[in-house]
Amino acid sequence: MNEIPALIRVFAYLSILTVGGGMAAFPEMKILTVDVHEWLTFPQLIHLYSVGQMAPGPNMMMIVSIGQWAGGILGAIAVLAAFFGPTAVLAFMVAKAWKKLEKWPWRTSIQQGLAPVSIGLLLAGCFSMAKGAVTGTETAAIAVAVLLILMQYKVNPALLVLASAGIGILTFMPK
Amino acid sequence: MADFAAKPALQPGEAAGNAAAVSIWEIFLEFLIIGATSFGGVVPYLRGSLVTKRQWIDDKEFVEMLSISQSLPGLNATNMAVLVGEKLRGVMGSIAGIIGICLPGGLLMFIVGIFYRHHGDHTFITAALKGVAAAAVGLILSTVVSLSKKSLSHNFDFVFMAATVIAVNRLHLGVPRTLVVVGILAILFHHPRQAQKDSVKP
Repeated sequence: MNEIPALIRVFAYLSILTVGGGMAAFPEMKILTVDVHEWLTFPQLIHLYSVGQMAPGPNMMMIVSIGQWAGGILGAIAVLAAFFGPTAVLAFMVAKAWKKLEKWPWRTSIQQGLAPVSIGLLLAGCFSMAKGAVTGTETAAIAVAVLLILMQYKVNPALLVLASAGIGILTFMPK
Repeated sequence: MADFAAKPALQPGEAAGNAAAVSIWEIFLEFLIIGATSFGGVVPYLRGSLVTKRQWIDDKEFVEMLSISQSLPGLNATNMAVLVGEKLRGVMGSIAGIIGICLPGGLLMFIVGIFYRHHGDHTFITAALKGVAAAAVGLILSTVVSLSKKSLSHNFDFVFMAATVIAVNRLHLGVPRTLVVVGILAILFHHPRQAQKDSVKP
């Protein structure tokens, strides 16, 4: 079955929702890729997203894996174009207009107003991911530890994620 | 001597002079390097490369472009690639920038995806991924905390933040409707007179 049109539709739509960061689209991404199209399971989505945090570059490159699973190499390319195309065009067009609007008083209002909403979306995405990722005392402890370390020290987050893989092996391997 | 004294003042113009000489290939290559090395978050690497190393943009431009990137849909990393590419070389510069920054991570996740599909159910890997997923939650929470400290301008913003979370996770309104409804309310709350008052604050 050809999934490419559906991949393009879904990821072009998700792309518009990524205000403030990729995580803002996560609740909707879960519904569309897991529940509606069944391209992958919820645990797989969480795993791919988390592993993606260790990859360099924009932090949503895990969408490539979803595209590849559902539609092979063409699926991967389609997903990339659909996810980054619309927002790239928008950024391109807005950049010029935005500079001209420097004196427009509502410009600051929009920036200040969107800030709490985009942080809220990030938090909402975080909670819907936590439902699948934080399932017991051990996982909660890892999440809290990472949060506290990052707030306290200047550590590269990718290293912490990597270290947590090791802790996961030590903690969750069946004896 | 007088030339020397005048130099710092000319810096923005100079940066623009640098920018004029940049080729599409150079833009692609620089963003490719950022895309391949920026482990754990792109923004500091962008600044180090574009402002400090290449001096294609100055710090003020960087901050301004970043704030535009954050207000628009799209990831900071790719929006920045588009904005900087556009400034340097127009449409082609934008395309070179965004392809460059996406290519290394995209290739990596292409391979990781295939590997995970075949071996993801090994107990060893499942155990590691359980730790990784929990860490990712902590990482997102730390982003929430640092963004709240940095970009909220009024205490009432926490109400908009909470309303957004409740609308998405409890009321299941969906992200688009939430964005429009809470977004408009928040923008109206930060109407120009309020906004001016808040931005005067240090």
